[in-house]
Amino acid sequence: MNSDKRGPGFYVLTAFFILFVLFLYGPLSTIFILSFQGPNGGLTFPMNGVSLRWFENLLFEQQAVGDFGGAFSRSLVLGLMTMLTTVVVSLLAGLAFRRRFLGSGPLFYLTIASLIVPSILISLGIGLAFNVFGLEPAWYSSGFGAHLTWTLPFGLLIMFAVFNRFNPAYEEAARDLGASPWQTFAHVVLPIILPSLIGVGLFGFTLSYDEFARTLMTSGSFNTLPLEIYGMTTNVTTPVLYALGTVTTVFSLAVILLALATIAVLRKRRARRLAG
Amino acid sequence: MTLSRIAPYLQATPLTLILAAFLVLPIATIVMVSFWDYDSIQIFPAFVFTNYEETITSPVTWSTYLNTLKYTVIVWAVTLIIGFWVAYYLAFHIRSATMQMVLFLICTIPFLTSNIIRMISWIPFLGRNGLLNQSLMSMGVIDQPLEFLLFSDFAVVLAMVHLYTLFMVTPIFNTLMRIDRALIEAARDAGASAFQILTNVIIPLAKPGIAIGSIFVVTLVMGDFITVRFMSGGQSASVGLMMANQIALLQYPAAAANAVILLALVLLLVAGILRIVNIRKEL
Repeated sequence: MNSDKRGPGFYVLTAFFILFVLFLYGPLSTIFILSFQGPNGGLTFPMNGVSLRWFENLLFEQQAVGDFGGAFSRSLVLGLMTMLTTVVVSLLAGLAFRRRFLGSGPLFYLTIASLIVPSILISLGIGLAFNVFGLEPAWYSSGFGAHLTWTLPFGLLIMFAVFNRFNPAYEEAARDLGASPWQTFAHVVLPIILPSLIGVGLFGFTLSYDEFARTLMTSGSFNTLPLEIYGMTTNVTTPVLYALGTVTTVFSLAVILLALATIAVLRKRRARRLAG
Repeated sequence: MTLSRIAPYLQATPLTLILAAFLVLPIATIVMVSFWDYDSIQIFPAFVFTNYEETITSPVTWSTYLNTLKYTVIVWAVTLIIGFWVAYYLAFHIRSATMQMVLFLICTIPFLTSNIIRMISWIPFLGRNGLLNQSLMSMGVIDQPLEFLLFSDFAVVLAMVHLYTLFMVTPIFNTLMRIDRALIEAARDAGASAFQILTNVIIPLAKPGIAIGSIFVVTLVMGDFITVRFMSGGQSASVGLMMANQIALLQYPAAAANAVILLALVLLLVAGILRIVNIRKEL
């Protein structure tokens, strides 16, 4: 295992891992290829020519059903709202959990419960609660809250992992040098945990941007993107569906790469500062 | 010094308020509505047990719950086996931290795109004229398309494994990375074979990760309705799907009674898993 010679186990597991990766990416790559289907092509292979027809159809033409642009912008705004709130709230809660406080146990279990209660239950519950209180559900109110019940537990668990590995000696040093609690936080703690916070934000954004079950009963009269995609799957029989899949996947990927690049830049800058 | 004493309370307040408003209150509402009455037009406040009676006495409910448990057990077993070996490979066979990170990200990226898109992507692959059938036919393995590939239990399980394996890989990888490598050296020096190291050292130490992954997979599969609807083509049922259908028919009290039973079952399963390992200790 840690010896220098690779045993047969290594090759077996490498093959297993490659198969797993193929399993993950195989289906996705078929819709990626099929979204470039020719104008007369259908939903399956063979390819009937190659064209950008379905992307044009998706982006520039009025669809028979739905409103792709509106759904996309709603999902984008909702994702950003969820991202910001998740970062701020899980950072605060993460700081709180560094000390013992009354009710920390129940709050922890409540957060875990938020993670394990099935999504459709949350969706139904929030929909019903809004109904009972006579409120109109909307993606920016009930939908937003529903997404937070999914992103906050992940955010808090990441903050736990971060603060478990955080060395309090840095803070003590800052305090000894006369820094106020706010200065200690802003100049010492925050820069150290910033990459993890970006990770939390990335998680919050993508979880919200792709969330379907929790949005189902809570989005009100306007669809978010996953609901729109779901609607299209039952109505649309052209490769425009695959074009939609490709576009949204590429967008998710771009967001992820942007976040990772930012984290890398921050790490490098910190390393340079420490070295210089 | 009073500020520092109340600081944790202030810091925990936003989380508490959000969870109270969007988790506790909605679940309380579900429990309340599960005792309400309804007709074909509206629901109205009452205190009746008919929703539970109808749910529990219906044979459809029982077969649906059994079907859901069947999916849960199969998907759990498959994701555990795949998840453990993928995590094991990344943790013990990949030597550089950068390479570990890169391979881990490669596994993660598909999990960050929409579930529905990932389900759609099986259709051109598994369908009657799909890639798999056509390549099997051109290789001469079969002479007519396999019908069971899409819109079947097979498709449901396959899609769920595709959707949920990462929830098993991540926590197991996490615990494996924390195992002190000296323990493995010690076991080897003491004459343990690779298999003995695996069963006597690594698996026992990986238990918390396995438990966390199992909780994720079990709760995700138990509540799933979209994969079941989509991949079974409406031919199979799950509790989540039953609820979704009741919601679509505006039978909210019936859906709520179902939700309460589902929640009780999920909590029971999670409690069972937590009896085996103490997760709080491992965080």
